[in-house]
Amino acid sequence: MTAVSQEEEQAIVETVQTIVQKHGASLEELIPILNDVNRDLGYLPAAALAEISRLLHVPKSQLFAVSSFYSMLSTKPRGRHIIQFCESAPCHVVGGRQVWETLCANLQLGANETSPDGKWTLATTSCLGLCSVGPVLVIDDDVYGNVRPEQIPDILARYS
Amino acid sequence: MKTVRSMILVSSDPLSMERGAQQVFESLEQEIRAFGLQDEISIKMVGDVGRHDAVPMVIVYPEAILYGPLQPSDAHRLVEEHLYKGRVAEELLAPVRELTGKLAWLSARRGTLPAEKRVILARAGIIDPESIEEYIIHEGYAALGKALTEMKPAEVIDLIKKSGLRGRGGAGFPTGTKWGFVAGTPADKKYVICNADESEPGTFKDRVIIEGDPYSLIESMTIAGYAVGADEGYIYVRGEYTLAQARLHHAILEAREMGFLGKNIFGTDFNFDIHIHSGAGAYICGEETALIESIEGKTGQPRSRPPFPTTHGLWGKPTLVNNVETLVNIPPIVREGAEWYRSLGTPSSPGTKVYTIMGNVNKTGVIEVPMGITLREVIAIYAQGMKPGSTFKLAQTGGSSGSVIPASLQDTPMDFDSFSKAGVALGSGALLICDEETCVIDLAKVLLNFFRKESCGKCSPCRIGTQRSYEILDAISRGQGKLEDLDTLIHLADSMYAISNCGLGQTAGTPVRDILKYFRAEVEAHIRLGVCPAGVCKMHVPVQ
Repeated sequence: MTAVSQEEEQAIVETVQTIVQKHGASLEELIPILNDVNRDLGYLPAAALAEISRLLHVPKSQLFAVSSFYSMLSTKPRGRHIIQFCESAPCHVVGGRQVWETLCANLQLGANETSPDGKWTLATTSCLGLCSVGPVLVIDDDVYGNVRPEQIPDILARYS
Repeated sequence: MKTVRSMILVSSDPLSMERGAQQVFESLEQEIRAFGLQDEISIKMVGDVGRHDAVPMVIVYPEAILYGPLQPSDAHRLVEEHLYKGRVAEELLAPVRELTGKLAWLSARRGTLPAEKRVILARAGIIDPESIEEYIIHEGYAALGKALTEMKPAEVIDLIKKSGLRGRGGAGFPTGTKWGFVAGTPADKKYVICNADESEPGTFKDRVIIEGDPYSLIESMTIAGYAVGADEGYIYVRGEYTLAQARLHHAILEAREMGFLGKNIFGTDFNFDIHIHSGAGAYICGEETALIESIEGKTGQPRSRPPFPTTHGLWGKPTLVNNVETLVNIPPIVREGAEWYRSLGTPSSPGTKVYTIMGNVNKTGVIEVPMGITLREVIAIYAQGMKPGSTFKLAQTGGSSGSVIPASLQDTPMDFDSFSKAGVALGSGALLICDEETCVIDLAKVLLNFFRKESCGKCSPCRIGTQRSYEILDAISRGQGKLEDLDTLIHLADSMYAISNCGLGQTAGTPVRDILKYFRAEVEAHIRLGVCPAGVCKMHVPVQ
């Protein structure tokens, strides 16, 4: 895990406390809580999991199991912008592979890698439910459909 | 596009042409001009209309009246009576016959083409999905009112059983029977869960339903709660569907304000409320016991069954788990009755089905049609044909656990029983239409890649079988395959089917089995000849 300073840790704990308060400290709210913390902090730092464990009385082992099981949760820091590329069959048969190869070449990244400058994380994902406009990629909350390889540089240039 | 009051379709399949369809068409055109109707009426030759016993056949819209077999000399009478005077030319009508397939839906929806039969999507795109008032105006909450004030819970269940509704999540289990199991289990607390964790690749019907008509799902769940004796419901929505979640949140708040959720609904002593639970990105949570584990704050690993959720579900209580599309069929059935519902679709699979269409076709999207139409009809009519220059090679149904349907099966009616007789599966209603540039090895590789990543890892047949199958397919795609690999693939598929704990592992081998059944020559070409006939696989790349 990445080391965090005391102030950072304090901020993390406060974020967690606000979110837990919003949902209520019950086990059935665990995944919604983790989702929100992950969204606010970009990932689930050890300090956040420790605080959730304390508030919900859930063993840390279960928290780590859950955090590493679901693809929308990450226990490692990720890039400022997260690219989700759909690698399921509907996108694949309408030209997804060429888009993927162009993405990798443009970013100099492979699947599920984060760029050294911390700007990009290139993640593959299963179907996003936007199959009628494949190939599909999602950057942060922006959805791009009917993507052609030659559009990739333009799309990437929109993010700083 | 110009607006016309009537549209005339003339069949022009080979048999029709042989019997003079061209002359019928020309005579009709002539007569239409003679009556001065050419600006009000359009006439087209449309190929095969799906019925050959009375060709040349003419279909007049918007009334969807079928005439046939017609002679050129009948044209005058037809145009004068029907189009000029507005009366049906009775003596020219096609013989009445039980309508199946294409004609069933052609006549089902009068006045529009392509002819969809929208029952559960009737309001999607018509009402404001954030206005409960609009929902109520469009028959909303009539069914719940009827169920609560006029029917006993057991009567609701009987009605659903009589309707023949089957689960739309993929397995096709009779819905009324499932409800009966939950209702018949005595307990102090029961739950209704709506499975909206739609993650089957290619499937987005539930998203369309929720985003377009969230209230219908809430009404349906409330009826389900009343029928099985539950007072609490959960909607498990996949994490990626943020708009669907927002719409549901809004709809639940409005329903509570209106008194459709909460205590003493419709002035009865029935109480019911609904929570939304967001998933976090795991295909396996679409499996009902994994979904329950996930709500309980655990990793989504399917439980061993039995016991089934109908007796031991969420927090160990009897729980009804139904798919979104299954549930939203309930209000129309309660309103219109089981007999009406059975008039749609086929005897073994009544009702409509929502399909999502994608792939190498001209038009992609979502349609709702009666059960039993064929793939050929879907491609020709709704998808408006294959993309220019491409021919149909195969379709993949129901997402990754669906079957690979070769062109030879494209006339099989799409309902649960006809498909299962043909040895394929309808799945969740995704139709991925592929052209001849699709390589079956490449396709199977993508599908198995999905399964190996989404396998929860709990049981070894699935965890190892999906990984190993993927590796073999990958080797074949690089020109490194051996013929005995194909036996191994079949063995893996059989083992996964026989001993996996849940549906993911059991169906993971289906694509492999299908391509070996229908496209074995193409697979063997990769191995024996070292070529990929579709030109997709980069052969002779060393395995890294």
